[in-house]
Amino acid sequence: MNEYIGVAIVIVGLAFDVFGCVGLVRLPDIYTRLQAATKCVTLGTCMILIGIAILTGLNATGVKALVCMAFVLITSPTAAHAIARGAYKFGVKLEEPTVVDRYAETQTDEGRS
Amino acid sequence: MEAFLYTALGVLVATSYMCLYRIGSGPTAPDRTVAIDILGTSLVGFCALLCLLTGRDFYMNVAMAWALLSFIGTIALAKHLEGMGFDE
Repeated sequence: MNEYIGVAIVIVGLAFDVFGCVGLVRLPDIYTRLQAATKCVTLGTCMILIGIAILTGLNATGVKALVCMAFVLITSPTAAHAIARGAYKFGVKLEEPTVVDRYAETQTDEGRS
Repeated sequence: MEAFLYTALGVLVATSYMCLYRIGSGPTAPDRTVAIDILGTSLVGFCALLCLLTGRDFYMNVAMAWALLSFIGTIALAKHLEGMGFDE
């Protein structure tokens, strides 16, 4: 029973990984690529690690998988925020259909006050 | 079970090739940084599946070390893109 649950969770995680990387290839802009790829691949990798922890049971490998899941869950969004800020400061323009840029508004407000 | 694990590894190799395409043809430097970050995160899952396939325990240690080192490398690249020094 545990085997079926673990395999199902690993398959869902693999699907999330594939869709995130398709978004990384297909989307037009650095920011859209970032939001597609980072969220999907983080969730997909976490689900793969949860599935492996279920498949192996509660031994050293399973606990290491859970600890590794915690690491990925903490570090990957932090890295995504740092890359987004770095890309904005680097001077990458937003793609044409984008209509709102709140970060630029905050920058100009700070400049006035 | 073994056939399933080999299929899963093949899927992860395909996602790694998608990331390599974006690293090679990204128009700007932040695109390449995102692709390197995503490559590291998906290879953590690859190492974990290898641990289950071969039955050897040290692949999970490799996955943990890879997650943390990929984070440090990505932060360093993002700081470099932002134009800061590494000590700020």
